[in-house]
Amino acid sequence: MRPKTRQHLSQNEPLLFERSSPGKKAYQLPQLDVPAVDAVKALGEEHVRDEIEGFPEVSEVEAIRHFTRLSTWNYAIDHGMYPLGSCTMKYNPRINEIVARLDGLAWAHPYQPEALSQGAMSIIAALEAALTEITGMDAVTLQPAAGAHGELTGILMIRALLESRGNPRRKLLIPDSAHGTNPATASMAGYQVENLKSNGRGMVDVDALAAAVNEDVAALMITNPNTLGVFEQNITRISEILHAKGALVYMDGANMNALVGITRPGDFGMDVMHLNLHKTFSTPHGGGGPGSGPVAVKKELEPFFPGPRLKRSVDAWIWNYDLPQSIGRVRAFYGNFGVLARALAYIMAHGSDGLRRATMDAVLNAIYIRKNLDRYYDLPLDAPSMHEVVFSDEKQARRGVRTGDLAKRLIDYGFHPYTVSFPLIVKGALMIEPTETEGKIELDAFIDAMISIAHEVEEDPEMVLKAPYSTRTSRVDEVSAARKPVLRWRPQPPAGKAAD
Amino acid sequence: MYPENLRYTKEHEWVLIEGDTATVGITDHAQKELGDIVYVDLPKAGASVQAGKTLGSVESVKAVSDIYSPLTGEVAEINELLSSAPEKLNEDPHGTAWLVKLKMSAPEEAGQLMHAADYQAYIGE
Repeated sequence: MRPKTRQHLSQNEPLLFERSSPGKKAYQLPQLDVPAVDAVKALGEEHVRDEIEGFPEVSEVEAIRHFTRLSTWNYAIDHGMYPLGSCTMKYNPRINEIVARLDGLAWAHPYQPEALSQGAMSIIAALEAALTEITGMDAVTLQPAAGAHGELTGILMIRALLESRGNPRRKLLIPDSAHGTNPATASMAGYQVENLKSNGRGMVDVDALAAAVNEDVAALMITNPNTLGVFEQNITRISEILHAKGALVYMDGANMNALVGITRPGDFGMDVMHLNLHKTFSTPHGGGGPGSGPVAVKKELEPFFPGPRLKRSVDAWIWNYDLPQSIGRVRAFYGNFGVLARALAYIMAHGSDGLRRATMDAVLNAIYIRKNLDRYYDLPLDAPSMHEVVFSDEKQARRGVRTGDLAKRLIDYGFHPYTVSFPLIVKGALMIEPTETEGKIELDAFIDAMISIAHEVEEDPEMVLKAPYSTRTSRVDEVSAARKPVLRWRPQPPAGKAAD
Repeated sequence: MYPENLRYTKEHEWVLIEGDTATVGITDHAQKELGDIVYVDLPKAGASVQAGKTLGSVESVKAVSDIYSPLTGEVAEINELLSSAPEKLNEDPHGTAWLVKLKMSAPEEAGQLMHAADYQAYIGE
């Protein structure tokens, strides 16, 4: 049996607007059991309209089929391996969903009185405590809604701390192996960015760092393990260099899936960091998430947390709004609460031993892929891989096939592509992150696909350049889409008109 | 391939020096590496720039890359053509698709830049 064949259901589907015909409805309202009110009189003429122009009118079954058909176009972690490097596309366990759908959580309202919200507040408190322990930091805020939002929150807190000491300073140092969002965060927070070049082993060059750190530097933003999947072995020395000049260290914790239960950023000198619950702690990426980017800090930064903060009174949880040094709210209410409940479910279902085991499996899987593919794909660095492995397309580029082409061909083998052309410091990067989710059977199927593609490049590069063949559309015109984007649908003239 | 009258940087920018004005662009090698360019972000005329610091950025379908200023000075003029036709950077990188003209404040910096033959050797072409 071939392990992967095409999806059996693969119908084309127009937009819902194009399915519309006047008068169709997908709802039935009960008979009015109160006197009818004239909407114009009740609301005022300016608030009432007869119809919404272009609003699609379809029946219930048409609406259901439309979205169900579209859903068959997706690739998801529930279909198979999703090796998108840096994104930690791990399985979202169903227990998380069961917990988040418990009536008391699903129906909780943020304006509910504190007395009726003690359960939800104790979930927040428990997750803060768990993440504090996992990171080795002193305190955590769960408010930021995504990773980059956590970065901005953390850097604004660093700015507030330095301002309270008399000088916010001017610059952030960012290694070229950091996440792409880091320079954007620095600039949003009003800092200039100074780039640090990696050394030949893909790590921060400690001497170059020491030369760059001065009284102008507010902080170093470091991703660890970095985007090459390499652990910064001099991390303790790095934090000492910054601290000696009164600067801080911000750690981008997006790659925390390589560290949980093994080592703690708080123990190796990090001052502020964010976590991505939608990566490391198994909450959904798909359907927009939503994400969650908690920020963990050392004691000296705690007064600057966004408010309100949870506080324990004699016998209950209360919200404390009296935070004179706070940078202010960064998100309505208390963050994406449903996501927080899922992350806590993941942590408690695993326990400390289980979390450590997940980390070791994630690293083992990446190393297994590396060892099986290093004869076929160029390894630009010899430093050990952590949770992800980065190859380059050097061997295949000699036959005119680049990383993007290999990724397109991988789709024909039934896998989501790996991350293409990132990190930028590796020319033609293939960035592969299997996560702990995969067992040997799926990993072997992926490895076989990659080896088969490497052979195809040798035998018939032209065929690979035209992939994928198994999808509804093959190569799309990315260049025109970027240069002349079409940002909204407009009605087409009725078919047949042109033929008249 | 690489015109003799231009000077080059390790970051793949080129410079044409005429009097105290330096015209800056990116090299043919750079545009090939970037692939199809879809957007060019340039400083405003009048901005001051420093040698080795960011001058702007170019966005291709693959990535956004910084452009580094080869020289220190003030931006006298930017190439308006590129905002409507970024593809010119792929078609004519050493000519009509120049990026900015700088009024140099430290012309001696130009001594650090590479000649065409050295640049060609540097990129291995």
